[in-house]
Amino acid sequence: MTEFTPISAAVGGGLIGLSAAIGYLALGKVTGISGIFGRALNGDMGFGQWGLFFLIGLIGMPAVIHALAPSEHGFTAPAPVLVVLAGLLVGVGTRMGSGCTSGHGICGMARLSIRSVAATVIFVGSGVVMVAVLRHVFGVIA
Amino acid sequence: MIRLFALLMGALFGAGLYVAGMTDPAKVQSFLDITGHWDPSLIFVMGAGIPVAATGYWLMRSRGETLLHQPLLDLTASAIDRPLVMGSVLFGLGWGLGGFCPGPGLASLLLQPTTAGMFVLAMVVGMLGHDRLIKS
Repeated sequence: MTEFTPISAAVGGGLIGLSAAIGYLALGKVTGISGIFGRALNGDMGFGQWGLFFLIGLIGMPAVIHALAPSEHGFTAPAPVLVVLAGLLVGVGTRMGSGCTSGHGICGMARLSIRSVAATVIFVGSGVVMVAVLRHVFGVIA
Repeated sequence: MIRLFALLMGALFGAGLYVAGMTDPAKVQSFLDITGHWDPSLIFVMGAGIPVAATGYWLMRSRGETLLHQPLLDLTASAIDRPLVMGSVLFGLGWGLGGFCPGPGLASLLLQPTTAGMFVLAMVVGMLGHDRLIKS
């Protein structure tokens, strides 16, 4: 259970949207994390190695912010075995479905792609089902 | 120039996830917890992010070329096919189970190396497993 934080969520969402907007406008690319990361794993960093530099910024920036402005930042994760199982599902699912929350949920929705709208509805739906099962069947959600 | 833009994009994206609270798996699970203690914050992430991204897409289309003179991306696939549906189902199950999607997993690597590291390592196995075994 977490607090409702609409303002910080909207500010963060705006920054994510700005990243995606620059991706379209400057590079002509979809700013989809699973795509960028998955291609990098297969040795494809994109033209000018843009994927590599994107990942450096993505991984480094939260640590930079945290170092410059230390704050109480919530981090509550499930048990390790669930985290590993989740990682496997997310890895297979995002490659099979050609995208994740960023590529489909932000970039694809932004251009009203019917595939991305469908993907977003489906993964939010199956996510809701999973959390409901965790809560009501296994009782592991606080 | 390409690398500078890419680094900036990554930094903006990482900052956005951090500021929005999406680097906390509990925050993500609470968003999906509509039958429990629902936290609708992530609607505001998408609500703010989509129109900003749409503006960039619209500017790219209306200019007819990108700022760095790259070819416009060709996004013509329009069929809702089996892999899209199956993959999205599996992704959503994993998203709900762990509270991580790929971006927050990577963005949490330096701050929460143990837990995020486990997630990212498993995600790598899943991605490569898919690319090598299922779709090669």
